[in-house]
Amino acid sequence: MEENRYALQMQDITVEFPGVIANDHVSIDCKKGEVLGLLGENGAGKTTLMNVLYGLRPPTSGKIFLDGKEVQISSPYEAIENGIGMVHQHFKLVDTLSVIENVVLGIKEKKQKLDLEPAKKRLKELCEEYQLYVDPDEIVWRLPVGKQQWVEILKALYRDCKVLILDEPTAVLTPSESDHLCQAIRQIIKKGCSVIFISHKLREVMDITDRITVIRDGKMIGTIKTSDANQLILAEMMVGRPISIDRKPRSLYPQSEPVLEMHNVNAVDERGIPALRNFSLTVNSGEIVGVAGVDGNGQRELAECIAGLRKITSGSISIKGKPVTGVIADPSFLGFIPEDRQKTGLVLDFSIADNMIIKDYHEKPFAQKHMLQYKTIKKHAREMIRKYHIKTPSEDVKVRNLSGGNQQKVVIARELDPEPVLDIASHPTRGLDLGAVANVHETLLKERNRGAAVLFISAELQEIMALSDRIIVLFNGEIMGELDGESADQNVIGQMMLGQRAEVKE
Amino acid sequence: MFSIIVDWLQAALRWAAPLIVVSFGEVFAERSGVINMGIEGIMLFGALVGVAASYYLDSLLLAVLLTILVGAVLGLAVAYLTVSRRANQVVTGLMINMVSLGATDMIFAMMSETRQNRATTFPTIFPASMHDIPVIGPLFFSQPVSTWIAFILPFIAAYILYKTRWGLNVRAVGDNPKASATAGLSVIGIKYQTVILSGIFACLGGCVLSLAEVGYFSAGGMAAGRGFIVMAACVVGGWDPVRTALICLIFGAADSAQLRIQTVSSTIPYQFLQMLPYVVTIVALTIMVKHSLVPKTWGAAYDPKDV
Repeated sequence: MEENRYALQMQDITVEFPGVIANDHVSIDCKKGEVLGLLGENGAGKTTLMNVLYGLRPPTSGKIFLDGKEVQISSPYEAIENGIGMVHQHFKLVDTLSVIENVVLGIKEKKQKLDLEPAKKRLKELCEEYQLYVDPDEIVWRLPVGKQQWVEILKALYRDCKVLILDEPTAVLTPSESDHLCQAIRQIIKKGCSVIFISHKLREVMDITDRITVIRDGKMIGTIKTSDANQLILAEMMVGRPISIDRKPRSLYPQSEPVLEMHNVNAVDERGIPALRNFSLTVNSGEIVGVAGVDGNGQRELAECIAGLRKITSGSISIKGKPVTGVIADPSFLGFIPEDRQKTGLVLDFSIADNMIIKDYHEKPFAQKHMLQYKTIKKHAREMIRKYHIKTPSEDVKVRNLSGGNQQKVVIARELDPEPVLDIASHPTRGLDLGAVANVHETLLKERNRGAAVLFISAELQEIMALSDRIIVLFNGEIMGELDGESADQNVIGQMMLGQRAEVKE
Repeated sequence: MFSIIVDWLQAALRWAAPLIVVSFGEVFAERSGVINMGIEGIMLFGALVGVAASYYLDSLLLAVLLTILVGAVLGLAVAYLTVSRRANQVVTGLMINMVSLGATDMIFAMMSETRQNRATTFPTIFPASMHDIPVIGPLFFSQPVSTWIAFILPFIAAYILYKTRWGLNVRAVGDNPKASATAGLSVIGIKYQTVILSGIFACLGGCVLSLAEVGYFSAGGMAAGRGFIVMAACVVGGWDPVRTALICLIFGAADSAQLRIQTVSSTIPYQFLQMLPYVVTIVALTIMVKHSLVPKTWGAAYDPKDV
């Protein structure tokens, strides 16, 4: 039966890392013209499995069949030759080169001369066919992330891929761009190409896939038809227990007073381009203000300006009436959960205990007469581990060896335990799995109820809406509008994320 | 006065030629992410092999071929250490330079004939009658063939770098090796190619240094920091072959200027004059370095297992 033939089968794939089994006899298959969803929490082994398929990671055992024929894939080049295309979670584009140069990169041709004109023509046809428009001559770093995603997909299509792997493609997209992507995927499968769609977001997996394979802790849990599934079933398969991220009831905080006040703040990014434009915002004690927006619209600069890490070009910022003039070192003043915990939040090769005191290591009781007091430091770390439920054999473990969720718990313990008056949480749940996300949400809500002012930056609309008392939408460094957390409408926020201003209320 | 200027410009072109030859290879190596700091030492080898082969074998063609061979072997050594073994590029370069300095001096000491006798140097391509044409005669037609080739090289390099598939691969590998690997390129292979290329051209540059005019090798570091100047020129020139060559030319001009001033004036101590080319380089580095786009993984080791 022609239409039932599998484009791809992976059988009993096992990948062992020293001490860890990333994939334990996982088998998936994908028919021609089908979208297979690969669902699982972070660290479940989805990406590892796909790296095996793309020749980036040799499997310990297992077989791969393409079109029913067994193949050996030991390098990306062989994967491409076999018609496999992959769009990685972290883009693999050379961003100093132009779009067309990225597209033709690595394609072997007899002719050494680089003639880009026919390639451009072909790319334009592909753009037209899949409605993914990009300018072939634009330098990649100048493109917004959404467009870079199109480039990645076009790059795979240009190589006539028969199986297209999309690894968390919507992580960087706005809701409308995600819809656009879904349309493109439908167009792609019409041509007989198969798509493997990796995600941990239930809604979009339900939207676009034909069948779903769920992986948990490196093991395959099962494959079901999307028409037979619903979000609850999938969430339970994925996490192993029932879970929900819904808006939790809350009471009004009684003594609300302004904590963070920003007036007409302007700031520029590394390239000297304005990142914040006439930005004014007040955050009161006992409230969570959610900052929604597509990544790269000034969120990072906003957090850095408040923390005193970035100079503002004009305007004023004050916390509890005190103007921010430099880096805020006082842990009882500001708790800062930076957007990249591995780069700015932690020193990965330091132990948990050392990371815990990184802000006040030079102060009593951690240091006395310029000597570190390791007894006190370790006792403090053990207390934090207990209080914040950090899963680790001891406080001497290097932070590098913890899971993402536990790394974030270390940051949270250090930043929020001194009970600061202002919390900035910048993408605190990015890359965390459902269980850990719930944990972070709980902590932030606790902070609010304690009376802290919380500025909550996230690109995930769902959690912004679940957690915020007030929501502001950031676009191109400006506030597009402010909404009430209880009654906010996802579509309205989505529109604002694309730069449409709120209609002036009557 | 006028003749002094012509004479100076003629010397400037001649002095710049070896630098430009060396820069041809170094630009590619650095574009692919590897700083071949060993070019200073490899130049010494080139200068020695050129003189020795030209003298003993009495063939310039064989001298050039031998130089290429030695350069390729030394380039391969640098590539193996920095690319395959991922050794620190600065330490590797220093090691190559020190070994080369000692080795060339020692080999030279064993070949006593070349001390007294001048080896055959690169010929001029235009007939002697044309050398007397005012201005352009001495400036261009009296130049040895190596100078002419040196000034064509940057344009060939620019063509290769910007207009061929291999050039695109080199640029991609230096900026994002992981992306290049996932696009199906052999990152290690390309880095080997560029580093060997830089070895070959560093060696040829050394050969031009000794065989363009003097025909002697001189012990104790004949390259006199020219390899390092080329590295600086790459930075100032923004890793663009033509602009890098231009910086090399400026250095050549400064170098020949100081030699001329030395003979004319005795009021300025000659040590200060000798500093001139290096001062020019430092000033150029500080003023212009801001504007150049560094290859993203410049000087960093690449581990293919790191996906």
